[in-house]
Amino acid sequence: MKQLMLGNEGIARGLYEAGVRVVSSYPGTPSTEATEAAAKYPEMRCEWAPNEKVAAEVAAGAAIAGARSFCSMKHVGMNVAADPMFTMSYEGVNAGMVMLVADDPGMHSSQNEQDSRHYAQASKLLMLEPADSEECRVFTKTAYELSERFDTPVIIRETTRIAHSRSLVNEEERVELPLREYKKDPGKYVMMPAMAKGRHVIVEQRTLAERAFAETEAFELGLNRVEYNDTRVGVIASGICYQYAKEALGDRASYLKIGTVWPLPDSALKDFASRCETVWVIEELDGFIESRCLELGLEVLGKDKFTLLGEYSQQMIKQVVTGEHSPYVKPGLDIPGRPPALCAGCPHRGLYYALKKIGCYVSGDIGCYTLGALAPLGMIDTCICMGASVSALHGRNRADAANAKNSVAVIGDSTFIHSGITGLVDIAYNRTDSVVIVLDNSITGMTGHQQNPTTGKNIYGEPAPAVSIEGVARAVGIQRVRVVDPYDIKECEDAVREELAADGPSVIISRRPCVLLKHVKHEPPRKVDREKCRSCRQCLKIGCPAISMRDGKAEIDFTQCVGCDVCKQMCRFGAIVD
Amino acid sequence: MAYSIMIVGVGGQGTLLASRLIGDAMVRAGRDVKVSEVHGMSQRGGSVVTYVKYGDRVDSPIVDLGEADLILSFELLEAARWLPYLKTGGKLISNDRRIDPMPVITGAAKYPDGIDAAIRAAGADLTLLDALSLAVAAGSAKAVNVVLVGVAARQTDIPKEVWLESVRETVPPKFLEMNLKAFELGYAYGDK
Repeated sequence: MKQLMLGNEGIARGLYEAGVRVVSSYPGTPSTEATEAAAKYPEMRCEWAPNEKVAAEVAAGAAIAGARSFCSMKHVGMNVAADPMFTMSYEGVNAGMVMLVADDPGMHSSQNEQDSRHYAQASKLLMLEPADSEECRVFTKTAYELSERFDTPVIIRETTRIAHSRSLVNEEERVELPLREYKKDPGKYVMMPAMAKGRHVIVEQRTLAERAFAETEAFELGLNRVEYNDTRVGVIASGICYQYAKEALGDRASYLKIGTVWPLPDSALKDFASRCETVWVIEELDGFIESRCLELGLEVLGKDKFTLLGEYSQQMIKQVVTGEHSPYVKPGLDIPGRPPALCAGCPHRGLYYALKKIGCYVSGDIGCYTLGALAPLGMIDTCICMGASVSALHGRNRADAANAKNSVAVIGDSTFIHSGITGLVDIAYNRTDSVVIVLDNSITGMTGHQQNPTTGKNIYGEPAPAVSIEGVARAVGIQRVRVVDPYDIKECEDAVREELAADGPSVIISRRPCVLLKHVKHEPPRKVDREKCRSCRQCLKIGCPAISMRDGKAEIDFTQCVGCDVCKQMCRFGAIVD
Repeated sequence: MAYSIMIVGVGGQGTLLASRLIGDAMVRAGRDVKVSEVHGMSQRGGSVVTYVKYGDRVDSPIVDLGEADLILSFELLEAARWLPYLKTGGKLISNDRRIDPMPVITGAAKYPDGIDAAIRAAGADLTLLDALSLAVAAGSAKAVNVVLVGVAARQTDIPKEVWLESVRETVPPKFLEMNLKAFELGYAYGDK
């Protein structure tokens, strides 16, 4: 029976069937489930790496050692992995190596909307883009064949709606492959100038061969496809945009569906364009395919009519191409927005409220705790990328030493391991009196609870050595290291004030496990004594989604409250009771 | 033409499980199925939407403005928010629960009154129910999602046995009995 799988699960199935042995990734929405699903197949050894650069290097080492390998990342993770990626393009592989990158148009859970297709062109790596979960499986298997045939890592690119949509997937048997023999070959595997010059020649020849493949065999293999219907409208699309266009236009258009996003099949682009009256290139984010069409001198419509921003949809495509749209109604209401919020009982809340009382500058980072930027806490000043909280705080304090008395960095446990440690080394080595707060909730939270090197467990939940955050801080030269309980607002406030006042850099670890973890015991929901409640709204200032005003008094939602008692510390009238 | 269902609610209410349950039942019934989910940041208390589409052939996994045959809403304000996605003549089933979004909690915005009346005035066929009470009756406030799936099941041509099999296969064994009861209560309500 066909199985209903996420695109990411289709990728994992493809890995399994392709005989992959080694998987190393750092979680990142919308890529995470590929590695989580891969870990359910015992034939593959899967790992959460400290960051994407490490993951890509592990995959590279495994591929050179002769095992088919895989690493996955979100689009911004590819920035971190870019260093090994660009040089692995020169070295090539031994056994196949595939990298998955998941872009997030519309930024459901990301800090930018970068289009990772540019990376394929820039690093000169073959890139495939599937359009549903079955293609995720099949393209993944094909990617390993191509990786070994062309001696190159291959990138598979998804977008959120491919990664996080479920569709039907066939299942085939796994092929068990012996390890390929490693042969010492410094000309290929040691990239220093003399060798790299030779390898660059091979890379350019390879790209030509890959383009020839994309123009011919890729059509026979089903990676690329032409569907001729009404030729007055031609659509060139890949991935999810092909699905949107199919739904919007059906048989009223012809399609060139592209799976080989890089190198693009030039001759097929030309041929298709010559057979259709009006040719649209429909692609989310940048005009990547369109640019190639324009280079080839083809007359196409694209980003003149379609936005560079956000996600597309079938109605948008129908509207732009045909001018039609489906009717719809709106309620005559002013509907307030519902931005995401820190969960009821989230340990970050108490710490943030303490920072709010102090009124300090907060150098922020990437994770659930970025939500501390939103009202009513509003306690993050900057958020750039993973790890930047720590190093950017150092820069701020270097710009003006007086800033150090009123500025902190906040960073999660997983993010600290990912790229916070190097920033902390900088603080210790180049010495600013910076205060770094590690929000240790004992899990990688935002991506859906992945283990990390601080949690004491590996991806399988098996016991693993736990990196001590205190130990790392001391080892790099931070002498002032302390731990606070973020459910205790006063303790947090006192600790931060003391460390801001002290000379020398400090690390404060705000430690309490994520309340959504299964092993965390919840207290019974608290109640509001309506007699005692003075309607002062003080309890609402912590921004707990479980507390709201009902009929003039505060009320606690019993379905959400976990009894963390942070709100109790806000009430001066003892109105919040067990 | 695919039949399009939208499941909308507040992150944390269990909309993902509901969409998986419905998707699973459609696969068992032999349809082509696509389910689109949202993971990550918006799951943290934000407005969340998942799509389930089934039929002989499904292309796009998402449901767009004016396309939903059925909207299943876990919260009343979310029903109003996503109403423009309902097809003319489509059906809207909503839990009557109110969960204040953060702008309402902070006092920056007001939770509108008369949402159900406004939805009906816009011409939508609305069924409003207290799914939380049914879930509590089944044994847990967390079973609201399965109650609502039970109500929605009545809108489809899939036999009840298929639905029950999907519940058995989808929910953790520890909570199976409670969820079967929640489904039955929703299914019985959907008959009204």
